[in-house]
Amino acid sequence: MSDLKQELKEKIIEQLNLEEISVADIADDDALFGDGLGLDSIDALELIVMLDKDYGIRLSDPKEGRKIFESVQVMADYIQEHRTK
Amino acid sequence: MSKGVAITGMGIISAIGNNVPENYDALINGKKGITRVDNIDTIQRDEIMVGEVKFTNDELIAQLNLPPENNYSRTAMLAVIAAKEAFANAEITDIKKHRTGIISGTSVGGMDMTEKYYYEYLTEKPFQKYIESHHAGDSTQKIAEQLGIEESLVTTISTACSSAANAIMLGARLIKSGKLDRVLVGGADCLSKFTINGFKTLMILSDTFNTPFDENRKGLNLGEAAAFLVLESDEVVKVENKKVLAYVKGYGNANDAFHQTASSDNGDGATLAMEKALKVANLKPSEIDYINAHGTATGNNDLSEGRAILRIFGENVPEFSSTKAYTGHTLAAAGAIEAIYSVLALQHNVIFPNLNFKTPMKEFSMVPQTELKQKVLKTVLSNSLGFGGNCSTVIFSKEA
Amino acid sequence: MKKVFINSIASISSQKTFDNSVFLNEIIDYNNTVIFAHDPDYKQYIPPAAARRMAKGIKMGVVASKIAMDEAGIETVDAIITGTGMGCMIDSEKFVSAIIDNNEQYLTPTSFIQSTHNTVAGQIALGMECKAYNFTYVHSAISFESALLDAKMQLENDEAEHILVGGVEELGEHTTKVHRTINHIKPEAVTISTVLNSKTEGAVFSEGANFFAVSNEKRESCYAELLAVETYNTLQKERVSETIEYFLEENNLKIDNIDLVVLGNNGDVEFDSYYTQLSEGMFRQTQQVFYKHLVGENNTVSAFGIWLASKIIKIQSIPEILKINSIATSEVKTVLCYNQYRGQNHSLVLLKKC
Repeated sequence: MSDLKQELKEKIIEQLNLEEISVADIADDDALFGDGLGLDSIDALELIVMLDKDYGIRLSDPKEGRKIFESVQVMADYIQEHRTK
Repeated sequence: MSKGVAITGMGIISAIGNNVPENYDALINGKKGITRVDNIDTIQRDEIMVGEVKFTNDELIAQLNLPPENNYSRTAMLAVIAAKEAFANAEITDIKKHRTGIISGTSVGGMDMTEKYYYEYLTEKPFQKYIESHHAGDSTQKIAEQLGIEESLVTTISTACSSAANAIMLGARLIKSGKLDRVLVGGADCLSKFTINGFKTLMILSDTFNTPFDENRKGLNLGEAAAFLVLESDEVVKVENKKVLAYVKGYGNANDAFHQTASSDNGDGATLAMEKALKVANLKPSEIDYINAHGTATGNNDLSEGRAILRIFGENVPEFSSTKAYTGHTLAAAGAIEAIYSVLALQHNVIFPNLNFKTPMKEFSMVPQTELKQKVLKTVLSNSLGFGGNCSTVIFSKEA
Repeated sequence: MKKVFINSIASISSQKTFDNSVFLNEIIDYNNTVIFAHDPDYKQYIPPAAARRMAKGIKMGVVASKIAMDEAGIETVDAIITGTGMGCMIDSEKFVSAIIDNNEQYLTPTSFIQSTHNTVAGQIALGMECKAYNFTYVHSAISFESALLDAKMQLENDEAEHILVGGVEELGEHTTKVHRTINHIKPEAVTISTVLNSKTEGAVFSEGANFFAVSNEKRESCYAELLAVETYNTLQKERVSETIEYFLEENNLKIDNIDLVVLGNNGDVEFDSYYTQLSEGMFRQTQQVFYKHLVGENNTVSAFGIWLASKIIKIQSIPEILKINSIATSEVKTVLCYNQYRGQNHSLVLLKKC
């Protein structure tokens, strides 16, 4: 599980081009959107593709993403439960 | 400032018809042009619906009598067909007689060929002719060539989905300022894998018929089309005793400055664009008889535009409808397609229905016109809203 | 009709041009067929959160616009008008190749969003929270001049007071390769001193951003008055001189009134004769400069020509490296810029001391 969280943090930084941020800067419970990491709706779409590509989880409504991407912890829990690859 | 600029010719090719009469016929008979995509080989075929012109590229080449070595993109071919109809409709025979320019809008440009031959360009000589037709100005240059417009002001605007509306705006300003006597204005965009997949990544494509302003709208259908209008100065109209179809009465452009792709919740940009256009036209909101809305049927657009309309018109919103359910969203061409529909509405005193509408949106009580309606129209307001926060409004009128 | 003034200038090019306190006093030579922009420290101007999705063209445009706004001493404008012939090439290439390479699967939106031609103008508006008029012209070598003409009309008619106008172009790797195959890029590496006499086809491709704050109010920082802008989609070589004469006449000027001509020679043996017929013909008694040997060729590089003309008019000094002939005028009051690309899309811009 902690491996998955580490992996997610790395992917978020890489995929969203967060040059100034390192894995250590993201706590498991930090909010990814809004006041936390400051991600926005375009990032949410990027993360939806990541879920599909890397974990075989397909979301059809971008609104679903908002809950799943609340924090790395929530994301990891969701992936653990729903992943098909 | 309030005198309108004369429209003396129109030409169009879209999913609902290959010329102006065919488009009008489809509009009044509620015939939509939304289908599965046939001319593009895409894995998204079963997941999306589009407004496609059903001619293949070979058929378009034959129609235009182009030599085999031509390097026309599909955008350019659609553009030339519509531009020629507009010129014929305006009965222009002597191109040299007046200072004539072209302002066109496109977002796709020659991307259809680039995506087809992207890697082949490096090695395959026969396809390399298309390299020069990639850039956005190419289709405009092709129109100029075909119409024999030389040594003139010929330029292209690309402001995403408001491009053609902005071309109309610039054209009207060029006539008003005396820089040109006559100008062909409009826009063209063909379908491409680039836009199909691009909008798909934004998750705003509907898998069924688009339903503008409906509570349960699922997104837009992309479309392809070209449409052009001829604008002429009062002098030309007088000297040549031209029949005027309608006037470009007002126009306005503003930026939402909110988000790269989404519109602000309250439609600030659209509100400003409508305000500016009304001011240029010297009209009060109550003097607008019909609104041809942008209405793409995405969750975001219809809410934002609807709120902007409410901010301008308050309790007295005139009949409004989006014709995107007929044609799909034709991106850079949309402003010109809907300009022609606005002029047709004025000419025939008719309001075209907003097809596929069932359930009012929960955020407000505004309901679009869903049946064809006869109404004496003096003015029509048309909105075009695009990426990059680009918002445009053009007002058309029967009287100058 | 109101007069139109260029109140500030900003240039990011292959030379060290973004610092307005100097004027080509240090030249960067190259030995290549493609030259990239000499970058300012973008981080100084753009916060990381905003910069993380920006390709180079967007960064160049945003930074050049900031430099121009600062110099003019204005916070906001009544219009933002940009020109870009090729648009956001880097993101376009990224998205097209992703479509092909992944067979339309697992595509992400960022490069698609950023590929739109009006991205730079939109980003500038977003950064300044400017809800004003926002246009982008995309017509090959006259993209910038179309933007300038639009701005000029608005200012003359008093529809706007301050307008930010600019041209931007970025190099895309694949597009560059592709243009090599059709000989639009020089076949062999050249340098500043050899490019214009290379006697080969094609040009040195480049990138850059040139922005200007124009206004119908003359500010202290004023560089020049913008007298006229004209574009021509076609122009036969034999018709160029005649057209220029007519253009000058329309502006109540004669050839003698022109103190300096800024020409767009790029070393392409096929098309430089458009310029040489002028430098050896109607303007042989006029002081002449060129600039593409320093900054290469791109669809909006003519804006660099206007940057150069503005600078010369203001400081009344011409770096040696720009001079074509040895004719010198005591004062540079009126300047004509002429540009075309591959025989198409010609432009004439007339500037005057303010």
